[in-house]
Amino acid sequence: MKHLLSVTDLDAAAATGLLDTSDRLKQALLGREVRKLPTLRGRTVITMFYENSTRTRVSFEIAGKWMSADTVNVSASGSSVSKGESLRDTALTLSAMGADCVVVRHPASGAAHRLAAWIDRDAAATGTHTAIVNAGDGTHEHPTQALLDAATLRERLGSIAGRRIGIVGDVLHSRVARSNVFLLATLGAEVVLVAPPTLLPVGVQQWPCRVGPDLDAELPGLDAVMMLRVQAERMHGTFFPSAREYAIGYGLSTARAALLPEHAVVLHPGPMVRGMEIAPAVADGPRSAVLAQVSNGVHIRMAVLYHLLAGAPQ
Amino acid sequence: MSRPAIDPQKEHVNAPVDDLLIVGARPYGEDPVDLLVRGGVVAEMGAGLAERHDRDGGPGGGPRRLEADGLVLLPGFVDLHTHLREPGGEESETIETGSAAAALGGYTAVFAMPNTDPVADSAVVVEYVRRRGEEVGLVDVHPVGAVTVGLEGAKLAELGTMARSAARVRLFSDDGRCVNDPLVMRRALEYASALGVVIAQHAEDHRLTAGAQAHDGVVASRLGLAGWPATAEETVVARDCALAREAGAALHVCHVSSARTLAVLRAAKADGVRVSAEVTPHHLLLTDAALTAYDPVHKVNPPLRTAEDTAALRAALVDGTIDVVATDHAPHAAQYKDTEWAAARPGMLGLQTALSIVVHALVEPGLLDWRGVARVLSERPAAIGGLPDHGRPIAVGEPATFALVDPDGVWTVRGATLASRSANTPYEGMRLPATVAATVLRGRITARDGRVAHHDDGRGTP
Repeated sequence: MKHLLSVTDLDAAAATGLLDTSDRLKQALLGREVRKLPTLRGRTVITMFYENSTRTRVSFEIAGKWMSADTVNVSASGSSVSKGESLRDTALTLSAMGADCVVVRHPASGAAHRLAAWIDRDAAATGTHTAIVNAGDGTHEHPTQALLDAATLRERLGSIAGRRIGIVGDVLHSRVARSNVFLLATLGAEVVLVAPPTLLPVGVQQWPCRVGPDLDAELPGLDAVMMLRVQAERMHGTFFPSAREYAIGYGLSTARAALLPEHAVVLHPGPMVRGMEIAPAVADGPRSAVLAQVSNGVHIRMAVLYHLLAGAPQ
Repeated sequence: MSRPAIDPQKEHVNAPVDDLLIVGARPYGEDPVDLLVRGGVVAEMGAGLAERHDRDGGPGGGPRRLEADGLVLLPGFVDLHTHLREPGGEESETIETGSAAAALGGYTAVFAMPNTDPVADSAVVVEYVRRRGEEVGLVDVHPVGAVTVGLEGAKLAELGTMARSAARVRLFSDDGRCVNDPLVMRRALEYASALGVVIAQHAEDHRLTAGAQAHDGVVASRLGLAGWPATAEETVVARDCALAREAGAALHVCHVSSARTLAVLRAAKADGVRVSAEVTPHHLLLTDAALTAYDPVHKVNPPLRTAEDTAALRAALVDGTIDVVATDHAPHAAQYKDTEWAAARPGMLGLQTALSIVVHALVEPGLLDWRGVARVLSERPAAIGGLPDHGRPIAVGEPATFALVDPDGVWTVRGATLASRSANTPYEGMRLPATVAATVLRGRITARDGRVAHHDDGRGTP
């Protein structure tokens, strides 16, 4: 693995390999007084975030630090980015400084792909290699989120293949949904999307999933339900009439959560809009894996950095 | 076959027009003839003309010869849709570099779109473009005037003043933006009808394409690129056809990109609406499948659509629903393209590749013959643009304004070697059929074998 740009870079074996490494790293750290592995000592990981984010950036930073990498955080404001430097120049500059890995989040879909193409072109000339990790590009993908969701599902359900996973809400604008649909399909799960027609992407029928119109009808058959964030700026547009009506149709209320089978898991990539997307009692209830997602996020990102910078373990 | 390299003394665009003997050319790919050009006009034409001149030629050797054995002779191409970027965008293209690209592509006239800086919405700017085109002299540069002041879609520009100016503007467009307001479009068409000029619409309902980055289809939705739905084009064309019918005005639809628009055009034409339409070479060949690497060289407005669309557009060009091929030649300097997709400017080069794409997409599959190529690249665009001396029949008494095409030529596209100041060709590395052996504008050779005639390059060394 040279870069991690899209979940479609991973076949089932590669994805499972990452999940296994994540589990091993988690075990290795369990009960340690000093949570530090020497694995990436002397390596430099730069996070470059062009969008506000707390959990993903911090998660990558902790992942790097727990493996003894030197981590440097660059944010778009307060850097040369705000002086009009192009993404290309910024990336090549960081690469020239000797970054072993650049973790990038950017509002433009495909930004990570472009970065990788520029860096690879540059590497051919300079002989250096910088790995790019996509930490969310526009409405395209968020591969480490899908991996941490898969790790959480595997942990809770014991397996992913053959499981039925519902993804509910704003699929159209969701990079999390895209990465999850394709990764879960690769891992053999059956994916069901439930969303108002205005929030379903064109051609979703050709994705490896099914579209179900009625959330209540789907819930009893699901092993897990993943609630998507509805971005505030969409709530007053033309996508749906009101937050109230959205909550009635697509929110995971306490009554609705009761339709899930006993073993089913509830996931949310955060940040949650409580009340509208998910009832507080459900978010904090026993089915909820929301905090497990967050803690698995660190281990998955450790695994990704490890595979990229140290090579996949034998 | 070897032809002499371009002669800088004789082939300066401003040199006096010598007599020219074109030997062995095949008009429209048909039987070979010789043509004697005198004073920029075809004086004699027929088989064996060259032999007779060789026999009768006195000590001076007779007229200069342009050996055209095996070459297809077509009327010089006319592009209704070119962005020359000057004034204001000289980092991407100038009237000089764009004229050179045009001459090398077989073009003898181009219509320069008004989205420059300043916008060509006044007589001053359109006269500048026209005059600079004449100074360069490689191709007739006809400025397109803006429909509205500053391309802002609100207030009509001085169409009459531009039409009556020295630039004699015949085509008006806000290209790059749509005249979205139906009332403004109605008034523009009504006003244009009395002037005898054409309104060329960039058909895109901006309310349906806010933030749009790519064709609203399977590829864009997987890539997370906001969709530009075909309905945004179809609905504006339908509306404009209704308005043009009511106003009795001439409407030209720029760069039709979607199969769905064609039904609207067919109905309007059958109904007697004065509507014409163009398609770009890239919409005839390329699809959104090219987008998966997010390389903005494929970013264009309207966007690349699907294989069903390219097939329907080819058929529509053949059956006349679409009148012409226009390049939408849109040079962009590297800094506007070597970016993330959303930040990149839309558009791609077209002048030097248009003929080859038409041959590749239509002639080779047997959809169009050379008469058809003459129709879509020269005759119809000249008629729509109101150019009396372009797109003419190849006959005695007609202007010697030609493209000489080697139908067996094959070349590999390299953006860096094209004449444009920019290199944003989507055909990089592609091997394409048909080369332009020579371009002749009113008896003057403007390009031959990949080199343009000497001309005023703006550096003070004419």
